Amino acid sequence: MRKVLMGNHALSYGAMLSRVQVIAAYPITPQTQVVELLSEMCAEKILDAQFIKVESEHSAMAACLGASLAGARTFTATSAQGLALMHELLHWASGGRLPVVLGNINRAMAPGWSIWTDQNDSLSQRDTGWMQFYCGSNQEVLDSVIQAFKVAEKLHIPAMIILDAFSLSHTYEIVDVPDQEKVDKFLPPFQPKFRLTPDEPHAFGGLTSPEHYFELRYKLQKDMEKAPALIEETGQEFEELFGRKLGLVDPYKCDDAEIILVTSGTTGYTARVAVDHFREKGLKVGNLRIRVLRPFPFEKVQSILSHAKKVAVIDRNISYGHHGIFYQEVKSALYGNSSVPVFGYITGLGGRDITLNTFQKIIEETQRNETPPERISWIGVKK
Amino acid sequence: MKKQQPTKKIIFHSEKEMPLAPYSLGSMLHNRTGAWRNIRPEINLENCIQCGICWKFCPDVAIYIENEYPVVDYTYCKGCGLCAEECPVKCITMVEEEK
Amino acid sequence: MNHPQKKKQNKMRLTLPLEEYMHSGHLACQGCGATLAMRYVLKALGQRTALCIPACCWSVIDGPFPYSSLDVPIFHCAFETAAISAAGLKAGLEMVGDHETQVVAWAGDGGTFDIGIQALSGVAERNDDIIYVCYDNEAYMNTGIQRSSATPFGAWTTTTPVKHYKNRPKKDIDAILAAHRIPYVATANISYPEDLYRKVLKAKNIKGTRFIHIYAPCPSGWKTRPEDTIKLGKLAVQTCIFPLFEVEEGSTWKINIKPREKKPVEEYLMRQGRFRHLTAEAIALIQEEVDRRWARLLKYEETSPL
Repeated sequence: MRKVLMGNHALSYGAMLSRVQVIAAYPITPQTQVVELLSEMCAEKILDAQFIKVESEHSAMAACLGASLAGARTFTATSAQGLALMHELLHWASGGRLPVVLGNINRAMAPGWSIWTDQNDSLSQRDTGWMQFYCGSNQEVLDSVIQAFKVAEKLHIPAMIILDAFSLSHTYEIVDVPDQEKVDKFLPPFQPKFRLTPDEPHAFGGLTSPEHYFELRYKLQKDMEKAPALIEETGQEFEELFGRKLGLVDPYKCDDAEIILVTSGTTGYTARVAVDHFREKGLKVGNLRIRVLRPFPFEKVQSILSHAKKVAVIDRNISYGHHGIFYQEVKSALYGNSSVPVFGYITGLGGRDITLNTFQKIIEETQRNETPPERISWIGVKK
Repeated sequence: MKKQQPTKKIIFHSEKEMPLAPYSLGSMLHNRTGAWRNIRPEINLENCIQCGICWKFCPDVAIYIENEYPVVDYTYCKGCGLCAEECPVKCITMVEEEK
Repeated sequence: MNHPQKKKQNKMRLTLPLEEYMHSGHLACQGCGATLAMRYVLKALGQRTALCIPACCWSVIDGPFPYSSLDVPIFHCAFETAAISAAGLKAGLEMVGDHETQVVAWAGDGGTFDIGIQALSGVAERNDDIIYVCYDNEAYMNTGIQRSSATPFGAWTTTTPVKHYKNRPKKDIDAILAAHRIPYVATANISYPEDLYRKVLKAKNIKGTRFIHIYAPCPSGWKTRPEDTIKLGKLAVQTCIFPLFEVEEGSTWKINIKPREKKPVEEYLMRQGRFRHLTAEAIALIQEEVDRRWARLLKYEETSPL
């Protein structure tokens, strides 16, 4: 059924269709509509789940871990400060191999207080052992939740579904809400490889000495390495049932492109407009939207970008003292594989709009120079 | 409660033998905590009134009951001396371990 | 084993069930009160129990991966999350069809009075269906005896050296929990295992958040003789330093043991290295505070339901 949904409600519908069994969440702008709708769904018994209305995000994730360890499918949603408060437990989820799915609305970190979008909140959690899916549309948000549960539960690795504050969370789009029956066919109930039960008592997460810890982390990485193929495979299976394709990356007119933009989130769709605009002017531009940052899609990124003459990475985030984080990621993936020059642009921090004009500056600067004129190009900053 | 039998240590030769997450697969009974002991309780059953207090207050579950009398399990007794201290008829003596 | 032949073999007079769910080989120090607390609580709850244990002595006592000393499952959870991990686990078990298992948050005083109080307050306010047990050894013992808000006035710890001993009273966690109007709050003491056992059984048959605060001496941290553990527990009750009481629905207070003659606190304090530096004036201050709290408790009971 086609509905007009805001991004936040697309998250709620994704969770509902995935038949989540335990939800624990705490309100934070701009996430609130996710949990408001889920509360209503639980109250109306459209969704048979226990919703624990916790007193903090830290407790939200802790409750999810307990529930997931019991073998229940669990979901939460948060943003920025809330995600940062969860940080400790994000490690607990991946280290405990608990496939929780979390919706995070990308919001800039305080201070000063900001409720507007940038990616520093989720990118600060890049190394916690979670899969990270950066979404570009409300349809993708809904579809990603369902697919993420499937991948997460197979690998016993948690997953984060990420969407931009306001430009997606509060923006209404037409979304196809698939039939429950079809989703059930795609996503069967959670069958954990282990669970906490008095029938077979284990102590989970006890003191682990240097004799064992290393191997457990090796296993986590090895399973994370299985994720790219599984995400692609799951995307294909989804496409067969629902007619919509999602993969690790979303290339747009990259095949013959001389300049390829690398983007993520909704910026990836603005970039498409810029690509078309410049192509009309005769410049061969393409856009590679990275949908999955963890696991990093090495092969896709290498094979697509190494054909280009120049690569321009647009980061709505920064690792202070280094560079944009997608820039670092792309550059390290290309190192030794391609000598294509990589231009790094930082823009849109704290919700500053990224418009066609922003891309115009980026594309023109990339076109004008053989190599990046400075380590970081700041687009739109009032210098 | 019956006498507990020590278990074997669990050895993983490769990560493949290990579970996905760190969870227990066996009991601590392989850990013979009797080695911690400096003094040992000896029960003089002649005077024992079978009150069960020594059994009740043992933090190490190292006193079991056999034929209605308490028996110290020296495999695990850490020698804290609580049983001797709490015995109402003082029929438990703490004796220096020979090293 | 040679049994005395001349005596008639009566049955042992056991005041607790024989079944054990904790076994030997665990890593507790000699004379550990926290270990006795676990042994008794599990005797009352039985095998269909699940524990959430945050960082505390018990996260070590149970044994390292891949071992455990308990016959019930354990979720070793983050320090500040005992209560909510238990509530989440309970919700998860319910959703996968297990409505029977008692889920217990099992935390030390640091994990309860300090870092875990926010999540505990949240669980208590929602009345989530768990039993919360705090075994209280009155300092961060697992990290090496640092003060917590459960450390009593006057005590030495490694962060309250004798020249700057703890100069604030122990936080009244029971009153805080009772103020949440949860169905059941009880104090218990490892030296009174029958009373402790009864309280856990009672809690088992109540729905909602149940809070049991167990006094658990720590010979290593209190600088006491391991064999004195039970004596100290008894003195704590006889001096009214740690009274045994129950609170139902946050309103009905009932004291379980009222000493006929209150023993002076000095008798309790002087058995412990952590109090040995105290002057007569400091001891008098402690006596005053204990008397004040006891009088207040008596008043709560008298005027119940509050």
